[in-house]
Amino acid sequence: MATAFAGVAPPRDDEFAQASVHVAALRRLARDPAAVIGAAIVAVVAVCAIFAPLITRVDPNAQDLTATLIPPMWIAGGNHAHVLGTDNLGRDLLTRIIWGSRVSAIVGLSVVAIGGTIGVTAGLVAGYRRGWVDAVIARITDVQLAFPLVLLAVAIVAVVGPGLLTVIAAIGLTSWVQYVRVVRAETMSLREREFVAAAEAAGATSRRIIARHLLPNVGSAVIVLGTFEIARAIVFESSLSFLGLGVPPTTPSWGGMLADGRQYLDTAWWTALFPGLAIMVAVMGVNLLGDGLRDALDPAAVN
Amino acid sequence: MLTYLTRRAFGALWALIGVTSVVFIILHLTGDPTSVMMPPEATQAEMDAFRHEQGFDRPLIVQFATFALAAAHGDLGLSLRHQEPAMGLALERLPATALLGGSAFLIVLLVGVPAGILSALRPRTWIDYAARVVALIGQSAPTYWIGLMLILLFAVRLGWAPASGIGGWRNLVLPAATLGFFSTAKLMRLTRASMLEILGADYMRTARAKGLTAVRVALGHGLRNAWLPIVTQLGVELGGLLSGAIITETVFAWPGVGRLAVQAVFERDFPVVESVVLIAATLFVLLNLAVDLLYAVIDPRIRYA
Repeated sequence: MATAFAGVAPPRDDEFAQASVHVAALRRLARDPAAVIGAAIVAVVAVCAIFAPLITRVDPNAQDLTATLIPPMWIAGGNHAHVLGTDNLGRDLLTRIIWGSRVSAIVGLSVVAIGGTIGVTAGLVAGYRRGWVDAVIARITDVQLAFPLVLLAVAIVAVVGPGLLTVIAAIGLTSWVQYVRVVRAETMSLREREFVAAAEAAGATSRRIIARHLLPNVGSAVIVLGTFEIARAIVFESSLSFLGLGVPPTTPSWGGMLADGRQYLDTAWWTALFPGLAIMVAVMGVNLLGDGLRDALDPAAVN
Repeated sequence: MLTYLTRRAFGALWALIGVTSVVFIILHLTGDPTSVMMPPEATQAEMDAFRHEQGFDRPLIVQFATFALAAAHGDLGLSLRHQEPAMGLALERLPATALLGGSAFLIVLLVGVPAGILSALRPRTWIDYAARVVALIGQSAPTYWIGLMLILLFAVRLGWAPASGIGGWRNLVLPAATLGFFSTAKLMRLTRASMLEILGADYMRTARAKGLTAVRVALGHGLRNAWLPIVTQLGVELGGLLSGAIITETVFAWPGVGRLAVQAVFERDFPVVESVVLIAATLFVLLNLAVDLLYAVIDPRIRYA
């Protein structure tokens, strides 16, 4: 039962006890088959993103106008040189999908780092301190939330011009507000709980209460949300590329490939199917891993 | 409570002013739309005359003051492209988007939440696994790709439903399912997670020990306590549907506000973009206020003063 309460109670200063909680969580994670599959998918995407030039020797931008819209190799007309077929410019789809993982990985991680840091901090402070701090953060969130997020990102990209950094900034700026909403709501409920009152009575500073007592208790909510947000960032980036507002066409990206493939939906379905599958599988891996982390970090919730 | 409402009303007003100002500034930073608006063969003199007539040659601060004054009277100017009142143009498209978004939200509410509850109550059964697989797919696949695949399957291959346009319910099915899929999946997951967290609580065991029926335990004691994050998320999702509509409408050529907005951004039609954003922002703000008020109803420990 000791570990069952560990996810709920504020962490003790005893380093040894904390370490064993984390080891126990990792063990639980390793026993969850869905989480292991998720971790494996994430690992494959990471390997593709890091080692793309070593995995495939083909230039992702190499055009071959004598071999356009070749179907996948298992369909009549396909061949082994192009496992998943080629697009309208004769570029190899599999090669471009492998290279496309780079953009998705970079965007997903950067956006969560930006959005999570800003959002969790703001949410904790607003929910715990209330008063004018809460009011100011709430006003900024209100303005941000009142924006249709896609339209905001589209407008930002339209102003600054498409590019990887613009895309990251635009999505990061739409991301933090999600954390604020959830963390603030959770904190507002948590601050009425006995362990916070106890910490206050013991003379703990606000900073300490937020960092040591509230943050660990919103941790699992933030991890679940963080996976949603990595996923959302990858999908969001591909949507911007799909609208023609993402990374430049010379950089292979899954969304850009779908934008090309869309025009050949009725004749060459593979150009619209495989890049989308790549997005779905990658995002699914992140989601499965996040689900597993959630269960592992919060054993009280698992039956 | 009254003080709180008054404060929130001012907050809402501030949010709307903030949003319109930010959009005005962002859009005007993109530069002057004259070159986009005028035909390529226009002479310099014609360009200058257009620029002067539209007021683009005045300082930004003057343009903003003029705009803000008119906007306060509900006048957002004429669409640069269509030469009609921009607000009217956007409002004209609103019913189509409302129909699409409303249908999608119904799917979210009637499928997502119940499926999440069931999945949490019957963990590790086929219901749970089926709901989780559907939720995972919906959460993982991009909206526009789901749309493309639905078009490929139901319009191109089977010919059951039209691929684009507006008309009878057959036109509505594919876009609404596309738009609602992501949020449905998200709500399923969140409801399940939220319910699972509550199901382990001591008072749930007490409720069961008291001999309450399973339904009363699940809904009266479980859902009531799990509700806070769910309602928060429902509010966010309803707003998100408006954003999602921008992409869904583009994929299905649905004549709504979202498609108008994308066209207007590309055409630099400022007054139309401003109008769309103001309409969307008004809806969002009202929604958020409703959600915050609901908190106090759902969790009496939260008090507003």
